[in-house]
Amino acid sequence: MEIKKIGRAGTVESNDISIVIEPSDKKDIEVELQSAVLKQFGRHIKALIIDTLQSKGVKSAYVKAVDKGAIDCVIKARTLTALYRAAESEEYVWEE
Amino acid sequence: MIKNGVGREIPEYLEHIGKLVPYENAFSIMPEGNKVGSKLKRQLPHKSKLISSIKEAIKACGLKDGMTISFHHHLRNGDYIINMVMDAIASLGIKDLKLAPSSLNPCHAPLIEHIKNGVITSIETSGIREPLGTAISQGILPNPVVIRSHGGRARAIESGELKIDVAFLGVPCCDEYGNANGFYGKSAFGSLGYALVDAKYADKVVLITDNLVDYPCLPASINQSQVDYVVKVGSIGDPKGIVSGAIRFTKNPRDILIAENAVKAIEASGYFKNGFSYQTGAAGASLAVTQFLREKMINQNIKGSFALGGITSQIVQLLEEGLFKGIFDTQCFDLDAVRSIGQNPKHFEIDAATYASPFNAGCIANYLDIVMLGAMEIDTDFNVNVISGSDGIISQAAGGHQDTAAGAKMSVVLAPLIRARIPIIVDKVTTVVTPGETVDVIVTDYGIAVNPRRQDLIDRFKEAKLKLYDIEELKEIAEKITGTPERIKFKDKIIGVVQYRDGSVIDVLREVDDA
Repeated sequence: MEIKKIGRAGTVESNDISIVIEPSDKKDIEVELQSAVLKQFGRHIKALIIDTLQSKGVKSAYVKAVDKGAIDCVIKARTLTALYRAAESEEYVWEE
Repeated sequence: MIKNGVGREIPEYLEHIGKLVPYENAFSIMPEGNKVGSKLKRQLPHKSKLISSIKEAIKACGLKDGMTISFHHHLRNGDYIINMVMDAIASLGIKDLKLAPSSLNPCHAPLIEHIKNGVITSIETSGIREPLGTAISQGILPNPVVIRSHGGRARAIESGELKIDVAFLGVPCCDEYGNANGFYGKSAFGSLGYALVDAKYADKVVLITDNLVDYPCLPASINQSQVDYVVKVGSIGDPKGIVSGAIRFTKNPRDILIAENAVKAIEASGYFKNGFSYQTGAAGASLAVTQFLREKMINQNIKGSFALGGITSQIVQLLEEGLFKGIFDTQCFDLDAVRSIGQNPKHFEIDAATYASPFNAGCIANYLDIVMLGAMEIDTDFNVNVISGSDGIISQAAGGHQDTAAGAKMSVVLAPLIRARIPIIVDKVTTVVTPGETVDVIVTDYGIAVNPRRQDLIDRFKEAKLKLYDIEELKEIAEKITGTPERIKFKDKIIGVVQYRDGSVIDVLREVDDA
C-alpha cells in the first residue's frame, strides 16, 4: 500500500499506543518511538510496526509512535488502522 | 563480593559507607549496646526561641560543611520545607551535607541543583521519586544513597548509625517555645510519626511553622524540651499536595478484582476473627480491600482490635463504627484521618520506632495479623521490589514494606499481573527490598499464589476452595501476554545500598546504562 496522507490511530491512554503514519521522501520505513517501556520492549515494538507495514506492501513511510505499554495485538491493530487511513483504503483485512 | 541471604552480590566494603553486613535472614541480627541521645543543653529561663528566618536558624545551629540534616515527609508532595531550607543553606555557602529525610517526593526536584553544586553529597532516606530518582540512578550523587524502611530509619537513628546534626521539621501548629502538633492549621497533616524520632535524637531541632499559636500549643506531639529554635514562615506547604480529600473508592475494575481475591484470602486465612489487626496502604486495590472487609465484618459480626499505618478515611470509618477498637497512626493519608486524629483519643499518634523498629522491646508491626502491601515487581522466590522500576531507576519508596511483612502473621502483596506491558512477576526482581521469606501471599487480578513456606495457608485456602496458582504459572501467564522484556543494562558503579530493617544490606543499586 502507498501512504497518501497522514493517518492516525490509537490514543495515549495507559496500555494503548498512538500511531501516526506520514508519507516520506525516503525509500524505507522510519519509526520514531516514544515508549514507557522503551528499554524493555523498544526494539521489539519498532520491529513489529515495520513488519506490520511491510506485510501490507508498504515500502516508504514515516511513523511517529507514542506507546504507553500496549501489547502486541494492540500495536498491530493501531498500526493497521493508521495505515488504512493513510492509504485511503477501505479494503480492510483484519485476519491473516 | 559476598552472596547474601537472597542471592545478591554484596561488596564487603563500600567507599563513603564503610563495612557492609550482608543480609542473612529476617531475624538473624541481634542488636548490641544502647540507644544514643541528643546533646545535653541548657536554655536560660524566659529566653525566646523565635528566630527571624530560616537562614538565621541555620547560623544559630552552627551548621557546617559535612554535617547531617534531616526532614520529615508528612507534607508529602506539597512540601516547601526541604527546598526552602536547602536554598538558604546553599546561599550561606555550606557544602558536603548528608541529607537524611524520611522520604523524598517529586516536589524535591530542585535538590538536583544542590547536588550538582556540591551542597548535598549524600542522601539517606526511605524513598526517592522522579525526577531526582533518575538523576541518582544516572550517578549524579558523589556518595551512594542508603535506602531504609521506616522502621530501619528509626533503628538507625536510635542506634547512632544515622547521627542527625540538625533536624528541620515543618509543623502546622506550634507555639513560640517549641510545642507542636500536626493536627491543626491550614497545613495540617495529622500524625507527626516520622518527625518524632528526629525531634528526640537530633542534636539541634528547628521547627518551621506557618501557624504560630498562643502558648501552650496542645497537644504537644513534639515538646519544648526537644526544640532549639522556632521559625515562622508564610507557608510550609501546598495544601493540594499535602493531603487529599477523602480518597475515593476505586472504580477501576482491575483493582476491584484484585481486592475481591484478597478478601477471599483474608476470609479463608484463619486470621479473620474477633480481635484481628490490620494494615493497608492508600492505593486503589488496598482501599477496596478495606471497603469489602468492612462488609464482611458487619455481616459476620467480627470486631477487630487495631488498625495500623498510614491511615485513610476508610480506616477512620471502621473505628467510628466500632469495628476496630483503636488506630495506631504514623501518617495520615487524607483529611478525614487528620480530623480524626485531632479529636479521637483512640486514634493514636505513634512514632516510627514504635511503629516498626526491629530493635526495641516490641514495635506494633510485630503485633500485626494481616497487612496489605504493594509491589513494583515480585520474583518467583517471593522477593519484592518497591524501590526501583523495572527500568532500573529509583522511583519509589521502601516505606514500611519490610517492617510489616516481617511483623505480620500474614503479609499479602496486591499487584496487577501486568502493568503497562511490564510483567510484575519475574524471575529476579531488579532490586530486592523485602525478602521472600517474609512474603506470604501474592494476590493478582489473575489469581492467588502462596509462598510454599506457608503450607498452613495453602491448606486453609484449598479447604476454602480458592483457586491457587504456582508463582511460576502466574509468571508464565504474564509473559505470554507481554512477551519477555529485554534485560536492563547496568554499569558496575554502585550508586546505592538497600538496607534491610536490621541494617544489613539486602541489595545494591547500580548506575543505569543509558547507552
